[in-house]
Amino acid sequence: MSEVQYYSERAAMPAVSVNKVIKNTYILLSATLLFSAVMAGIATVMSQAGMLPPIVGLLCSIAAIGLVWFVLPKTANSAKGLGVVFAITGLLGFGLGPMLAAYLSLSNGPQIVATAFGGTGVIFLGLSGYALTTRKDFSFLGGFLVAGLLMVLVAALANIFLAMPALSLAISAIVIMIMSGFILYDTSRMVNGGETNYVVMTVGLYLSIFNIFVSLLQLLGIMGGED
Amino acid sequence: MDWMKILSALFIIAMIAWLWPRARRMMEDSRKAEPGEWGGVLLPLAAVAGFVVLLIMMV
Repeated sequence: MSEVQYYSERAAMPAVSVNKVIKNTYILLSATLLFSAVMAGIATVMSQAGMLPPIVGLLCSIAAIGLVWFVLPKTANSAKGLGVVFAITGLLGFGLGPMLAAYLSLSNGPQIVATAFGGTGVIFLGLSGYALTTRKDFSFLGGFLVAGLLMVLVAALANIFLAMPALSLAISAIVIMIMSGFILYDTSRMVNGGETNYVVMTVGLYLSIFNIFVSLLQLLGIMGGED
Repeated sequence: MDWMKILSALFIIAMIAWLWPRARRMMEDSRKAEPGEWGGVLLPLAAVAGFVVLLIMMV
């Protein structure tokens, strides 16, 4: 039944509307990524000056996820949704500050951060380009991706107490794969008319990019760190 | 810091609790892949994995 509904939605979505959703999503995504980077820069400088405790990262993540769960669904269809998207991305960017400051204090820290940043950009652009040009329908991935995400969360929960470096590495690597899958899935939904709200689409893609960056940073930090 | 670990654990438990019913619904509602469709996913994901290995070798 859901299949019938899915395809009828697709057929009813004109190409002009699809292109508008894609255009608006990428404009908003660019703006939020820039805003997030500025907030991360401010927080990094504050952390280096000893003005931010490490727990700020966790508190910002909790606040941002709270906005995604409870506020975004109520505001996504109004102008307030734009403000909520900037609040979410700003909080997540700001929360990166203590972590970035810690990596930058390593001898090859600037190289690790720059590589993670550039690598995330290449992965996102490559996967988005692939989904946009092939216009393949990746809607079958949804169930696998959320199941994988749940398994990763359970593993991450266990690793808080086990503190196994090998498990941390495996979690980071799997998160990169799952988030890459989400980029394909979300872009495909946008291209094929499965999602018409560019605010929701922007948050989805932003979270995938954010998680790839953080996981890549951890992978490179563990595998390439000298200290 | 133990209280930070506890807060992190509570946060992840809340995420699992929030995600669980949505994940179940999504798994039930997702359409099944047609033959050959997985190839279109595994190819770019393999490219991502290879690229990450390259980045690790670079730093």
